[in-house]
Amino acid sequence: MKKIIYVDHAATTPVDERVIKAMLPFFKEKFGNPSVIYDLGVEAKKAIEKSRNKIAELINASPDEIFFTSGGTESDNWAIKGIAEAYPEKKHIITSNIEHHAVLNPIEWLEAKGYEITYLKVDAQGLINSKDVEKAIRKDTLMVSIMHANNEIGTIEPIEEIGRICREKNVIFHTDAVQTLGKLPIDIKKMNIDLLSASSHKIYGPKGVGMLYVRKDIKITPLIHGGGQERKMRSGTENVPGIVGFAKALEIAHKNMNKENEKLKQLTDYLKKEILSIEGAHLNGHPILRVPGNLNFWFEGIEGEGLIMLLNEGGICASTGSACSTSSLKPSHVLTAIGISPEHSHGSLRLTLGRSTTLKDVKFIAKIVKASVEKLRSMSVTWRK
Amino acid sequence: MALAYPNEVMKHFLKPKNMGEIKNPDGYGKVGNPSCGDVMEIFIKVKNNKISQIKFKTLGCAVAIALSSILTQVAKGKTIEEAEKIQNKDLLKLLKGDIPPSKFHCSVLAEQALKAAIEDYKKRQLQKN
Repeated sequence: MKKIIYVDHAATTPVDERVIKAMLPFFKEKFGNPSVIYDLGVEAKKAIEKSRNKIAELINASPDEIFFTSGGTESDNWAIKGIAEAYPEKKHIITSNIEHHAVLNPIEWLEAKGYEITYLKVDAQGLINSKDVEKAIRKDTLMVSIMHANNEIGTIEPIEEIGRICREKNVIFHTDAVQTLGKLPIDIKKMNIDLLSASSHKIYGPKGVGMLYVRKDIKITPLIHGGGQERKMRSGTENVPGIVGFAKALEIAHKNMNKENEKLKQLTDYLKKEILSIEGAHLNGHPILRVPGNLNFWFEGIEGEGLIMLLNEGGICASTGSACSTSSLKPSHVLTAIGISPEHSHGSLRLTLGRSTTLKDVKFIAKIVKASVEKLRSMSVTWRK
Repeated sequence: MALAYPNEVMKHFLKPKNMGEIKNPDGYGKVGNPSCGDVMEIFIKVKNNKISQIKFKTLGCAVAIALSSILTQVAKGKTIEEAEKIQNKDLLKLLKGDIPPSKFHCSVLAEQALKAAIEDYKKRQLQKN
């Protein structure tokens, strides 16, 4: 079998061995339902609360502000629909045009129901201007939802500044931190965050578990009704192994954050330089304010799906914003938002490095990307030297 | 997604046949639009009313490149009248497997590229005569 070089960590990550080890007992011997009162259930319940405490501590929140969910998409849906339900008198929402679809689609759903939405534009590097947020806030503004960092181009948004503005104006602030929890420091209090969505599988934890942080003073209506788990806010028997794994994954990520980010910086700097030495290669997103490990390029004269398939032949797993790679044939809304024409976003490539990536890997990636771009250009009509 | 394509697509994408340009072609066709992702060019040489040489250049996804390659193989050696009758469904059949419906337009593009090259050839013939 050929060696796999995985550079799609923004999509998902492999589960860390230590995380698996922490989860395993809760599949079999400690399988009890956390809602029951005999020892087996109490043990499971304790494991959940221990995990909740750990996660709360790492983001400077209180444990009773953390609610476990099935993942980032549920958390985003709950944050938006749950706040809309809880404050029905307010019908205006502010967001950006580069949010994840897990935020944009629930907001569009509310828009169809009569909500007024302000979609803030980002600049050419993907940055939101916090002054635009301030200007957009009205008396009837329900909430502001701006992501901590973008999943495609990695741009880190000024959420601390946006949080401060929202608190001053008494508007609820939600942030999707799926790409940043465990990678960048998050301090709920210092950043004035009211709601925060996060996911476990982006940080070497299992899929199918995430969380929503909800500040104590904020009202929110449950999205999922049933047996009243999670203090009556999110029903459904808790994913005990998932929650335990999530907390363990976050603990490991925090412990190694500085060291890991330093390594990723060196590797991405090297790879960026190598790839930008290809004629007609361009970086998408911000030159500095990026999630560690994220690189996004576009190449003149090629189409991204073909590039991904040639990289795949070399064992490299990466992704593209090309319309050809989607069933809708629409180019990435993020690349469009930063002013990349559909023609150019067709030739885009996202590489997201992670814990397993080595210098040897990035040297190999640079070599294969160069060869693949050259091969595709030799077939292509619009690339003429 | 990447590996979900039929083998025939991968075979032609990785090692396309008749890829390149013909200098001073007897017919040349270019179809598609870079903003929608696919552009195909077909170059033909015609001898005794038959397509003696054919080459392609394509900006597009793996399926578009594979279908361009297949098209050139099918058209090579055919008379102009035969080649004009090549339809996108004939090309799709040769993939020996299913591709997503969103990619069907690539086969239409291939059909149109050849037709455009033949049209161009006919126009040049008229001008000569």
